[in-house]
Amino acid sequence: MTHMSHQELRKQIKEQLEQKQWRGANSLLAELWRMQPTAATAGFVVSSCEVLKRHLAFTPCRLAILRSFTLEPVLPILRAAAFVSGIELNVHLGEFNSYAQEMLNPSSVLYRFAPDVAMLAVRTCDIAPDLASDENRQAVQRVLANFRSWIHAFRKNSQASLLVHTLEAPIVPDRGIFDAQSEFGQAEAVRQINTGLRAIAAENTGVFLVDYDALVARYGRVRWHDERKWLTVRMPIAADCHIHLVEEWMRFLHPLTGRISKALVTDLDNTLWGGVLGEDGSEGIQVGLEYPGAAYRALQQAMLDLYRRGIVLAISSKNNKADAVRVLEEHEGMLLRPAHIAAMRINWDDKAQSLREIAQELNIGLESLAFLDDSPVERARIRQELPEVTVIELPSDPLGYANALRSCAVFERLTLSREDRERNVYYIQQRQRQELEQSVTSVEDFYRSLKQEAEIAPARPETVARIAQLTRKTNQFNLTTRRYTDQQIAELAATAGWNIYSVQVKDRFGDNGIVGVVITRLQGEVCEIDTFLLSCRVIGRTVETAIFAWLAQESRSRGANILQGWFVPTSKNAPAREFYRAHDCKLVASEDGRTLWALDLRESEIKCPEWIRLTFRKEYALSEYAAS
Amino acid sequence: MNTPLLERVQGIVADVFGVPEDQVRPDSSPDTIETWDSIHHLNLVIALEQEFGVQFTPEEIEQLLSVELVAALVEEKLIPVE
Repeated sequence: MTHMSHQELRKQIKEQLEQKQWRGANSLLAELWRMQPTAATAGFVVSSCEVLKRHLAFTPCRLAILRSFTLEPVLPILRAAAFVSGIELNVHLGEFNSYAQEMLNPSSVLYRFAPDVAMLAVRTCDIAPDLASDENRQAVQRVLANFRSWIHAFRKNSQASLLVHTLEAPIVPDRGIFDAQSEFGQAEAVRQINTGLRAIAAENTGVFLVDYDALVARYGRVRWHDERKWLTVRMPIAADCHIHLVEEWMRFLHPLTGRISKALVTDLDNTLWGGVLGEDGSEGIQVGLEYPGAAYRALQQAMLDLYRRGIVLAISSKNNKADAVRVLEEHEGMLLRPAHIAAMRINWDDKAQSLREIAQELNIGLESLAFLDDSPVERARIRQELPEVTVIELPSDPLGYANALRSCAVFERLTLSREDRERNVYYIQQRQRQELEQSVTSVEDFYRSLKQEAEIAPARPETVARIAQLTRKTNQFNLTTRRYTDQQIAELAATAGWNIYSVQVKDRFGDNGIVGVVITRLQGEVCEIDTFLLSCRVIGRTVETAIFAWLAQESRSRGANILQGWFVPTSKNAPAREFYRAHDCKLVASEDGRTLWALDLRESEIKCPEWIRLTFRKEYALSEYAAS
Repeated sequence: MNTPLLERVQGIVADVFGVPEDQVRPDSSPDTIETWDSIHHLNLVIALEQEFGVQFTPEEIEQLLSVELVAALVEEKLIPVE
């Protein structure tokens, strides 16, 4: 039966491709992949997407994989999984066991490939064949010293993010049950190597651990290992587990390529609780500690975990609003409460419209929304109407809901900044700001009543991650939309002529944290703006004018006569389009839709709005990143 | 030869080597399909093992030298043991 519908789906995809229905083909391909993520399907998905990519926008990513074992059959599966997630991977697979040379040699194929992301996948038996001898302590030190030198060399030669596999514990230790009795057995040695790897990763920017040992354990060491393929073609991972390895890698590639969701919009009836509120009443719906309510409560727990990760929660439901809010406020089985919800559309309108409004209210793009609904009809409707939105597939059985949500890679984060953890608080403050805006009469009065303070500071080690994150995540008020890794920001900050500034904004409702970034390059009398961006949290509050006024003054004091910058249009940065024109800049060049604007610092003076108090924390320039 | 089986094998060969299905014939082989090299051969083996739930020995893997030979070996393995 599955085979039939699988073939049927393929036929439909081929038809859609012939009829140039690119979006339709794309969503059917994702369905096919969910249904049967096998080696054969992977080939079909990849061939189809090679056609699609000429018509739909995929996020490109260059991935280098350094390895000690056969991974070739995994690549089509990886590329297929990436394609259905909107990412086009260009993969460089290193030669067997040449990872050390490739990382150490600055002119190796690895560095010439110029990856965005590199992966170091080495197995315990390849790097530490001598574990389980009596010399384990030395082996651990040797392995860690090797990793440290390779990772340092990589950091010196590349700005790419580096993902390092942890080593996996043996299925059965070489010394059998005696291993657990030994003071420093094989399993213990592997644990210590992994602890050491974590420390090495923490010492380096842009280096992250893939907990391969935990991954193998999750699916079972015995099931994961294929002894036949290992002994014949050096492929240790069972074919049926390739998809699990790929899914784990995708969890990293989503945040690394910026294909992430910032907000989760959930349905209520039969999603957050069992039953239909309008029919069953608040006494009749199912949610609580006991089955069947436990399934829905488990989903709510998964949502709360996302909330703590900084994911914004919103509700879109066809319901009577007063009744639904009462359940959120009072039902004793509920974990989610109104305080967790940043936006609600509880009405009888079309959900596509509700999602548009929620995106607008939260000031984020539709591509940053994920949608959760038990109804396949609503899901299909949103897929068709709003293809930018990530629609989460739910199984028909509610017992699988929580796991389905937890396995969504779009909610993965590699770093959690203070801003991420407190994001939900900002949205509550934002609601209060909007209420204030409605209560004052003129916009100037509103600005004054906000009592905004902007603090500009040169990049410091503790702000690098947030600065880089903003360059990757900010789409709307972003003049050039240049994306940077943590490592690139750290290097630019230490490069002569370059200056990187963070902008922190406070107002009477609270501290917004770092919400702006300015990157400039001074060459002779020209100061060029490489990056100028503001998070959507503070757009429309004249902060950009205050920053620009300060930047003009700062450039002048550094000896510049001209302050110039490109505006690079994207599908999302319309809010920044008029920025240069509105701030006295003259159009001096244009090419391919990009425009170059210049401000003559000898003639023009930009005034900081009187309602913003701006301070420049110059003393931070004495930190280790200060450019000479 | 079992025709539906041969067609399924042709479909898998087309998928794995990224060639249109109508270009895969019973006598297609590494000599006629450019992307059928030793590395992709392993991908074919895995796809076949997954699709049909069979396992090939290293010696058999070396013999899978054309679509026809693949189909014949798969058919042999699928004969139910009484």
